[in-house]
This record gives sequence, structure tokens and C-alpha cells, in this order.
Amino acid sequence: MTAAAFLAILSHWRRHPLQLATLIAGLALAAGLWSAVQAINAEARASYARAAEQLGTAGVARLIPESGTISVARYASLRRSGWQLAPVLEGVIRFERQNFDIMGVDLLQHPLAPALTKAAEAEAVSPLEALLPPGRIFAHPETAVHLAASQNVHPVTETEALPPGVALADLSLASRLLRRPDSLSYLLVLPDQAQGLKPLSDLAPGLTLVPASTAASETARLTDSFHLNLTAFGLLSFAVGLFIVQGTIALSLEQRRGMIRTLRSLGVPMRLVSGLIAAELAFLALAAGIAGLAGGYLVAAVLLPGVNATLAGLYGAPVDGSLSLRPGWVLSGLAMTLGGTFLAGAQSLFALWRMPLLAAPATHARGQNARRSHLAGAVCGVASIAGGVLILTMFQGLISGFAFLGALMLGAALLLPLLISTGLSLGARLAKRPFAEWLWADTRAQLPGMSLALMALLLALAANIGVGTMVSSFRLTFTGWLDQRLFAEVYVTTASDVQGTELARWLDAQGIKALSRRYHDTRFKGAPLRIYGFEDDTAYRSNWPLLDALPDVWDQAVSGQAVLVNEQLARRHGLAPGDRFELEPGWQLPIAGVYSDYGNPHGQAMVSMPSLLEHAPDIPNRQFGLRVASHDISGLINSIREEFDIPRKNITDQATAKARSLAVFDRTFVITAALNLLTLGVAGFALLTSLLTLWNQRLPQLAPVWAMGLTRRQLASAEILRSLILAAFTAVLALPLGLVLAWALLSVINVEAFGWKLPMYLFPLDWLRLFLLALLAAVIAAALPARRLSRIDPAELLRVFTNER
Amino acid sequence: MVLTIRNVTKCYPGQTEETAVLRGVSLDLAAGSSLALTGESGSGKSTLLHLAGALDQFDSGEIEIAGTRLSGLSDSQRAALRRNDVSLVFQQFNLIPSLDTGKNIALHARLGGTWDEGWGMRLTDRLGLSGLLERYPEQLSGGQQQRVAIARALAVRPRLLLADEPTGNLDEAASAAVMELMLDLVRESGTALFLVTHSAAIAQLLDRRLHLHHGMAK
Repeated sequence: MTAAAFLAILSHWRRHPLQLATLIAGLALAAGLWSAVQAINAEARASYARAAEQLGTAGVARLIPESGTISVARYASLRRSGWQLAPVLEGVIRFERQNFDIMGVDLLQHPLAPALTKAAEAEAVSPLEALLPPGRIFAHPETAVHLAASQNVHPVTETEALPPGVALADLSLASRLLRRPDSLSYLLVLPDQAQGLKPLSDLAPGLTLVPASTAASETARLTDSFHLNLTAFGLLSFAVGLFIVQGTIALSLEQRRGMIRTLRSLGVPMRLVSGLIAAELAFLALAAGIAGLAGGYLVAAVLLPGVNATLAGLYGAPVDGSLSLRPGWVLSGLAMTLGGTFLAGAQSLFALWRMPLLAAPATHARGQNARRSHLAGAVCGVASIAGGVLILTMFQGLISGFAFLGALMLGAALLLPLLISTGLSLGARLAKRPFAEWLWADTRAQLPGMSLALMALLLALAANIGVGTMVSSFRLTFTGWLDQRLFAEVYVTTASDVQGTELARWLDAQGIKALSRRYHDTRFKGAPLRIYGFEDDTAYRSNWPLLDALPDVWDQAVSGQAVLVNEQLARRHGLAPGDRFELEPGWQLPIAGVYSDYGNPHGQAMVSMPSLLEHAPDIPNRQFGLRVASHDISGLINSIREEFDIPRKNITDQATAKARSLAVFDRTFVITAALNLLTLGVAGFALLTSLLTLWNQRLPQLAPVWAMGLTRRQLASAEILRSLILAAFTAVLALPLGLVLAWALLSVINVEAFGWKLPMYLFPLDWLRLFLLALLAAVIAAALPARRLSRIDPAELLRVFTNER
Repeated sequence: MVLTIRNVTKCYPGQTEETAVLRGVSLDLAAGSSLALTGESGSGKSTLLHLAGALDQFDSGEIEIAGTRLSGLSDSQRAALRRNDVSLVFQQFNLIPSLDTGKNIALHARLGGTWDEGWGMRLTDRLGLSGLLERYPEQLSGGQQQRVAIARALAVRPRLLLADEPTGNLDEAASAAVMELMLDLVRESGTALFLVTHSAAIAQLLDRRLHLHHGMAK
């Protein structure tokens, strides 16, 4: 009995191959985009974990200073008290024009010591050589090539034990290169400790012990928000795909009601029928899930370079390139597809389960039914939005921000049918001609069958408007910020401090104002902090992008009596003008101003140059911003190059520097644009599939109008017009939703993710472009059904009227 | 003549000349007269009705509606003919579910630009639909829906009214009442009625009867 019933149930798909293709494509799309995002996230996270593992810092507790660094004497004292600690000094060194993350460690004690010794021995070098001047640098082969090419003082040993992008050296060499003697970034608390030691909290009250479980790599912590963003996008695409699936499952079950009724009349229990349908869905979900995973893997492979560029651009977090197939990814992707399928089919399956034996084949919800369903949806929508707002007002943080966005999007989607239906009623009331009256009324009648696809379109368009507004606002702000920050006409980086001093002297003789750019890297509450020194110049006073400041901000800062901090540092630690800020132990200054800083995610502070040099006298002096009249720029660049043999790439005019920064910015959002486009594509596909699945139900509604004298061509045009009307309504309603989304991204998510709040700008031309794109998607989606209708054999339309149908 | 059918043949794909659904059928129908077409299932009744309504193409012969020959007409010319001169009533009623009763009744006449408010009101009165004009088809009984379909067809004041089992979904009493009304109105408007039916009783109500057997008129 089971096999016969199953065959009967499956026979539906033989008669509806398009429906089957739609279901599988919807599921595969949903699974594909979700899996792609998960593959990218997994790859990046594995990369961070690998890097932490390779750096020997994974799973090891740390002692970090509240502010500034740890002195060597402090470290020595802790060691004397019996604690097994490994010192680490981190910073960024610059050889030629290339930055390298350097990590100074005690080569004899660090967890990586055996691997480094092995690497040195492989090159027939004594491991002790690394401890003696000039010192040896260890690096991944990829990084080693660049290190060897950009300097020749320190020999480089290649080792696969280190992640790319990091140079590892003995503490003494790192201190010299970073010019930070007597300072340590943090101490690793090694696993094997003697019993009965005095607690570290007593021995080192100014240091915080970060347990191994929470001492995730800084990169992982910083990029968490980015991955959450990607996950949200993946979830949106998954939801949009499920809209297709929901519609198709509902239609397939509705069309099989007659068959199910017959099977039940023939003695097949409902329990068995439901079980067989569930088994059918599970099988289809697994098949589509496998196809989706394959597609997702390809999409991930295509997007991964863009993600790497984004991670490098935003956080300086290199992710090593290739994608690997992880069993966990495959299993979770299949589980997600299976879960999504049953979630999408739950309502229909439940309705089927409750269907009385003698139930007539269902008719489509019209009139009162549709109105009731629209009202119920709208009530749920309002409740969802209210819940989201409540979450946002009651809780803070990235998760609550995303919960608000989720609730807002879901609520808006549920409100959509009622809003469109109201708009269509209004249109019908305003219509004068019979064709228009019929078109409006018929469009409204199609709404129940189309609403899921329209919800998908609404979400995709709103996401496009929201994310587009966020990116464009960010770009506009960033461009303005660049204008303010890059106020010097020419930027020069010299090869050495000596050359820097000579250049400064030469420029002074030429009467050219040179603003040197010097900094000192330290740490504040365990995170990197870069302290810049600035020279008093009117350009700072008139250009610097201050967000909040005391009235005499520059006078205070120039006199060394105050510090300026960047926005992300201020937001992260709740700092504001007037508060006191400890730059390093024993160096506290009041904050005179907060400035915007969109170039990096780290904390930054600015003090007067003399004040900086007083606390960090030995910092490099190689970067200069030159003030010169615009018509003298190229002449000055040529003169400097002739005089100092500085490579072309080390001298940049303002326009080039800005162009480079904008190029980095644009590259950063490539992944966002790609996901945006994919989501819109999925929504367009949802529209197409719902039009195609409605096709068979359309003929009984269209044939009478055709019989009354409308041509097939007119009916085809009406199909396109109907699709256009629905897409236009949806696009218009997506605008306010998109703008709320943009506001949430700019004012809530970005603040949590990057530490900066951006002003919101409006881009009506982009909306117009998107509106036209939505209309185009609607035309493309309706083109196939319209073409079929314009060429339909009259006999097919006549079948609607024949009694022997 | 409002309708002239001369030696019309129609084959569906897979049929031969011998098994064609219509084989050389001819008939005439004058204004104000009525003709009942009977025959067993599959005899070609509906096909002939569809051809007479310019809904489908025939293979040979000729059909004229109000002096217009159908062979050689373009799709839009056929549509114009259906809009202005021909009305149809089907067994399934085929009302537009998204329009209320009033709009359903007026739709065909308004599409052809022949809507006459007074005639429309008279029809709805006669057919007992005056109180139902704001209801949607799903809110009407089968008999009420059929009367709406008749009102819609007659509102056009067509030269030719084609009806395919118009009371097939109604019980005997309702069927007789609807037929009586339809015939009254047809006479009143001078329309020619071409009706397909299985029922000998209904066929008896019309001026003439034609029986189709295996695609041929008897």
C-alpha cells in the first residue's frame, strides 16, 4: 500500500515538471547563498584560528596592561616570583613602503620555540644566531619574500609554522625595530605553572588576566561584526529563497488535495499520507541541498577574494585564500535546507493534516478570505515591528541591532499584502475604462498568489536601498573626511630617519612647510592604540574633522595640555571631551576633542609633537605632509626625487593619495554589492516562479475576458502591466523600509561594528535606478508567461469553457 | 442572416478527415430566431459553438457573422467581432471573480463601448439581480451566477447569443425559470440565439433544433 500511495503522490511532479524545477531551484538558491556565506565565514575564522595557533597564542591566558605597555622590569619581577610567562611585543614596522606586523618574543621560551629552531636548522643556521645582532626574522615563505626584498639588514628564515603577514623576531630585535625599548605588549601565561604561587592579581594589580577561553585573537574579535553582517545577508537570501519554496509547496499540496482525498477514500490513512509527503519533501530538500551546496561552494570561491580584500581593507586581517570543503559545513548546510523546507511547508502540511476526508479541492483565498488573511498578516507585522523597536530600546549591542532589523523586515513583509491591496483598491476606484477596472481588480485578485514573491522583492529592494544608502553615505562622508584629513598637497615617505632629517632641512631652506607625521604604538585596555604627534598649523585648526570638542581644543592640544581621540576609541570606552585619558602609565591628559577616523578600526590619539617626543623620543621621522601651492606640486615632486633619490611610489600628491584611498574603500564593499545583486536576483526569480506557478490558475480567469473580445496580445500586455503594477507598489513601499534599514545600519550596526556613527545622506537617483531595476525585473519575470499567453492556442483557452474538461 | 455556417470542417491534431470533429456542417440563423444544437458527448457541439463565436479556427468551409466572413480575419478583427456582435453564456458561468456583480454585468458591453445604463438596469430587474449588484461571484448561488452571466451577455445587445449548456449546473425548476427569462429577453432584443444542450426539454423551447452525430448535422 505504501509504495502504491507514494507513487501516486510522486506522480504529481510528472505532470508539473516546472513546479518541481521551481521547488528545487528555490531550495538550491536558498541553501546556496546561505552556504556560500557560511563557507566564507568558516574559512576566515579558521584562518584567524590558524594564525593564533601558529603564533602560539591560541588557548593561552594573557596578562594585559590597563593602558600603555608592560615594562621589562615588571615582567622580570613576575618571573622571579615563579610564574612561567612569555613576553610578547607587537607592532608594525615599515620597510620601504610596506608594513609588516612584527611580533617580538623570547625565542627560548615562547610556545613556538621548537618550530623556529627546526626552521633555523633546516637552513643550516644556528638558532642562537637569531638572538645575536643583527638579529634574524622568521616569517611564512610568502611574507619572507617581501621582507627579504624590502630590507637586507636582517636575514629572514622561512617557516610554514607562522601565518602569512607576520614577522617574528627576538624581543630585542623587535624592540629595536619598533624603537620601543623596555616595553612589552602583553605576557602569555604558560600552561605549566608551579603549585602554590602567589596570585597574579596580588602580584600585578595593574595588569588584567584574560583567560584562555576569552583571549580570542584580536582579528577574530574585530571581524566578528563583519561576519555577523555576512551571516545576516546570508539569512536574508535564505529567507528570500524560502519564500519561493513556501509558495511552491503550498501550490503542490493544494493541487494534490483531490488526489489525497481519493487516496484517503481508498483506505490510505492520513498519517501515512502525511508521512509520505514529508518523506518526499525531505528527499527533495536533500537533493536540492546538495545542488545548493555545490553552487554555494562556487559562489564562495568567487566571492572569497572580495571578502579577503574587505577584511584586509577594514581590519588589516589577511585571510589566506583557498577554500576547503569542511564536513561541518556540508552537514550544517544540509540540515539548514532540510529545516528550511519543513519550516516553509509547515503551514501547508498542517492544513493538510487537518483536512477533512470529504474536503473539496481548495479554491484560492479571495474576497473575505484574502481580506482576513491580509489583516491577520498586518497585525502580526505591526507586532513584529513593535517587538523590534522594543528590543532596540531595551538592549544594546550588535545582536539587538540585528534583531531589530530582522523584526522590522519581517513585520514590513507581513504588512505588504494589506498595503498593496489597499493601493490596488484605490487604483480600481480611480479607474475609468473597463479594461483598467478589470486590470486593477484582477491584479488584486492575484495578490494572494503573488504576495510571497512580492515580500521577497520587498526585502531585496529594501536591503538594496538600505545597504546602498549606507555605503553611499559612508563614501560621501569618507570623501569629505579625506578632503579634511589629506590637506597637505604632497606626501613623502623617506627611506630612513637620516634622510627624513635631511629632507626636512632641505624643505625648510626652500621655504616649504613640512608637517611631519610621527607616531608611537602602545596599547589601551589590551587593544592597540596609536598616538600621533602633530605640529601646530592652521590647516589642522581649519580642516581637522572634529565631531565634538571643547571651545579651545587646538590651543589646549598644541600646548600639550590635552589629547584628541578618534571616534572609535571614544565610543568603545565611553570617552568624551573633558574626560581624562591615560595614554600610558603616568601619562594622563584631558580629552579636548573627538575626531572622525574612517581609516582603521583601532583606537587613535593625537597629542602635540613635543609632548609625544617627550614620552617617546626615539620614534621614526620618515613621513611628511608638504604644504605647497597647487601649481608647484609636480615641480616639487621632481625636485625632491632628484635631490634625495626617493622612489616615485614614496612621493604622492594629494589627488593620488585620495584616489588610492577611495579605491581601497570601493574594493572594501565589493562583497556587499555582490550579495545585494544576488539577493535581488533571487527575488526576481521568486517573482518569475510565482507567475509561472500561477499560470494554470490564470487561464480560467483570462479566457472569459478573451471571449469578450480582448486579444491574446492585449491579455499578454495585461500580464506585464499587472507585474509592473505589483512591482511598482512594492518598490515604493520598499523605499521607507530601506531608509529605516539604512538608518539602523548607520546609527546602530556601524557604531557597534566599527565604532563610528555616520551621517545619513539621501540618493534619489539611486532610488530611481533601483525602481527602474525592479520594474525591469518585473517585466523579465512576466515576459515568459506573457509570451506564452500571446501565442497560446485558442483551443487551450477554450478548454476552460468546455463541459468535458 | 445573423449566422451562416457553410460546409464547415474542423480537425483536431491527430484526427483524419473521417474522424474529424466536424464534417461539412451547415446552418443558418436569422435575427430574433433561436436554434438548439443537441447531440451526444464528443459529437462536436461545443466546437461548432466556438467556431460560431469566432473563438477558434475552422479548416474548411465558411462562417459569416452579420455579413462578416470569418476566414481570413486577423486575431484583432475576430476580437472586435466578439466584443461587438457576439455574446457567450457558458455552463460554468465564467464570471470574473475579482469584479462585483454590477461590474461583471457591464464589463462586456463597456469593452465594446455599447453599455446602456437603462438597458442594463432593465436586465438586472428582469433577472432579479438588483439587490445583488455589489456582491462578488463567490457570494452568489449557482442560479444567481448564471443569471449574471445571461445579463452580461445580453447587456451587449449582441446580434448573436451563443449559449453552451447554460443551465447545465442548475436544477430542473431553476433551469426552466432561467431559460424562460433568457428566451423572453432574446425576443425582446431581437438577438439570434444558438444554444447547445443535452436536454430535449430545453431544445423544445427553441424555434429550431439541429442534432449533431459524429460531426455531421442531422
